[in-house]
Amino acid sequence: MVIFVGAMVYLTPTLSPSLPSWWKGFLPKERIHLGLDLQGGMHLVLEVEADKAVDNHVERLADDLKETLRTEKVPFIKVEYARGSKIVAQLASPEDQTEFAKVVEKIFPFLKIAGAEMLAEGVTVNLILQDTEAQRVRKMAESQALETIRNRIDQFGVTEPDIRLEGEDRILVQLPGIQDPQRAIALIGKTALLEFKMVAEEVSPQAAKEGKLPVGTKLYPMRQTDSGKTRTGENQIVLKDRTLLTGATISNAEVRIDSQYNTPYVALDFDAQGARVFERVTGENIKKRLAIVLDGVVYSAPVIQDKISGGKATITGSFTDREAKDLAVVLRAGALPAPVKILEQRTVGPSLGKDSIDQGMLASLIGAVGIVLFMIVYYRFSGVIADLALVLNIILILAGLAAFGATLTLPGIAGIALTIGMAVDANVLIYERIREELRLGKTSRAAVETGYSRATATILDANVTTLIAAVVLFQFGTGPVKGFAVTLSIGLLANLFTAIVVTRVIFDYLLTQRRVRTLSI
Amino acid sequence: MELIKPGINIDFVGFRHKAFLISGIMILVSVAAILWRGGLNLGVDFAGGTLIQVQFAKPTTPQDIREALQDIVPKSMIQQIGSGDANEFMIRADITPSELQSLSDEVQGALSKVYGEGQTTVRKVEMVGPKVGADLRQKALKAIYYVLLFMAVYISGRFEFKWAISGIMGGVLLVGVYLLEAMGLNAVHLIFGALVFLLLLCWFLKLPYALGAVLSLVHDVIVTVGLFVLLDKEFTLEVIAALLTLVGFSINDTIIVFDRIRENRHKDRKQPFAEMINSAINLTLSRTILTNGTVLFVLVCLFALGGTVINDFAFALLVGVIVGTYSSIFVASPILILYEELTKSKRRPQKAAA
Repeated sequence: MVIFVGAMVYLTPTLSPSLPSWWKGFLPKERIHLGLDLQGGMHLVLEVEADKAVDNHVERLADDLKETLRTEKVPFIKVEYARGSKIVAQLASPEDQTEFAKVVEKIFPFLKIAGAEMLAEGVTVNLILQDTEAQRVRKMAESQALETIRNRIDQFGVTEPDIRLEGEDRILVQLPGIQDPQRAIALIGKTALLEFKMVAEEVSPQAAKEGKLPVGTKLYPMRQTDSGKTRTGENQIVLKDRTLLTGATISNAEVRIDSQYNTPYVALDFDAQGARVFERVTGENIKKRLAIVLDGVVYSAPVIQDKISGGKATITGSFTDREAKDLAVVLRAGALPAPVKILEQRTVGPSLGKDSIDQGMLASLIGAVGIVLFMIVYYRFSGVIADLALVLNIILILAGLAAFGATLTLPGIAGIALTIGMAVDANVLIYERIREELRLGKTSRAAVETGYSRATATILDANVTTLIAAVVLFQFGTGPVKGFAVTLSIGLLANLFTAIVVTRVIFDYLLTQRRVRTLSI
Repeated sequence: MELIKPGINIDFVGFRHKAFLISGIMILVSVAAILWRGGLNLGVDFAGGTLIQVQFAKPTTPQDIREALQDIVPKSMIQQIGSGDANEFMIRADITPSELQSLSDEVQGALSKVYGEGQTTVRKVEMVGPKVGADLRQKALKAIYYVLLFMAVYISGRFEFKWAISGIMGGVLLVGVYLLEAMGLNAVHLIFGALVFLLLLCWFLKLPYALGAVLSLVHDVIVTVGLFVLLDKEFTLEVIAALLTLVGFSINDTIIVFDRIRENRHKDRKQPFAEMINSAINLTLSRTILTNGTVLFVLVCLFALGGTVINDFAFALLVGVIVGTYSSIFVASPILILYEELTKSKRRPQKAAA
């Protein structure tokens, strides 16, 4: 026992001074992170509409299937995408159906035949995706959406963003210190699907409005641009369904300034494959109009003057500087595989965050000072020892927060304040017990001995139960609440150490080394 | 210095019947308040909706703000927060725009039109979709349930050395709730059912300490929730966090008294049970008052000075600590006596028959 105490006495100077310096060592590099509620910023939870990604995938497969059937010379009346991620094929006869099934099995093994119906005019076959394939497409959509959003935010320039998958199909985005939340939302949420399609010049929008749309064409809205620069005054245009090229083949996108009109536009560079396709498409369609479609809206539909080689294109549309910059960012970062929906948005302005810090700190400080004074008044010199432990406790909490890279939130500050209130609990328990033992006539040493040994079990039990609450809280909470759970847990652990070990060492040192006879308690 | 004289011996246990009556009335009032108000006043965290905190440069009234926003949010709840000269208001609407344009911009625009450019600052926006709200509701309920369950297991293990029985009980309740929920049962009903089942199990498995602790915790939570409902305060994530923390605090007090009961029981086996419990409460009284006093002091500081954001959080804890202190003295320990009396009166006729 004496050796243990002696060892602890020698350990104390190494333990306690080493802790603050270790903390200081962390401070410059690994600062305590402030939560969004303290430094201001935005918290977003997005849902990837993965079903849409599956829909898109099936829609593309329907086109592929049509092409394949043509090359394999399987006759069919109609193959088209239908609502609910289905492909509906109409075939003339059961013989064709057998041929059809063979092709599907050989080339599209991930499609399965969900049902076939005999009708007077032939056979209708419904195709759906295999479950595993649909699952794969969903997973892909989620991880790709995550990657895309991450890229966009990186390019947008936010310090210490936190972007991760949460649960099945949700993406959590935390942007500290963001100044313009609306712009960030627009940037993150834009699907940014860029497509090049040919204009169906033989169809006029008027005819289209009357419902005379030929097969394989669709009416698109056109972006309104300032007069003077637009060739046509139309606000709707009919395009052919076939997508010739998508934004997936873009290698770079930048804002440039049009020297003639002094307006910004976005210049695109295609990768090698994209450049080849673009060259072929423009070569085949000279004097025809090529539409540039972004998220279902036609930005421009210039007439192709000549074959364009070198893989360059531009998007114009009387943008503001900021719009052009954001558009370049989303095009560089790539399209989202499916639209995203905002499930949750929390924004805290920087001024509120600062107020919160000031008020939270002030309240905690007053609380702490009050308790420190109370302990000295109530327990005199032993109170000073408890206060020392309290200070060490706070240092340990801060060190712990920095070491674990945890986030300090406003409830977290409250958590520290509460820990201060509770930290003295352990010392109160011990001291009350020592006083009790002293009253029974024991010597100071014996009283300290029994006081600590009796109270330790109680303190452990009390702290473990609170820790249980803190752990459940951590599991349950998001953001600020999680921060509270973290500070509370670290505070409890630090409290166990300082209240039981540190004060004990000080008492033992006083009683054995200094041979103090009477306790000031 | 001493606040509580060493030889103190207040007859807490003798007060228990009155205490049960008081607690019973408090619980009844709470439940009645909840029923009368038609449930809890859920914040946007749980109900879904949009909450916008706006600061105005000049004084204004909720009525003026409502008129300014008439076109965007026809049905809004507007409330002034903080001190009167801060001119801060909370605007709450049930709308959750899932499109990518946000309500806050529209609100800012409309307010700028009426109050002038730069006269209003949006300080905070919270938008929670109905899906997330429903998720959080379930998570909050489950969190409270799990905390109570784990506490029951821990206490039974520590105080009655029935780790095996309480462990199995906890496991069964965990897995059972999980399975039943997977079968599509309503989580809310399920959790209330599980809690009642837990209390019954504590009774039949002869775990009086866990029974007393869990009952007093349920008591604390219900009374705090009831007061929130009576004052028409909103339930937010922070308030639930406060409830969970108060469970942790309240059990703290309870455990310290239980611990003393356990210790005394070993010391003197002849002392009557009720008397022993009373002395345990008295012996720990000084500590109970000191600790809860310091915690209360900190909470009052947070409540009064901590700012609008943690006001409700501090309030919930403040109420909770007071109720928790009361319940660990007047509810948890007396339940041990009640259990002893009830089980004894059952046993006696059996003996007579034998």
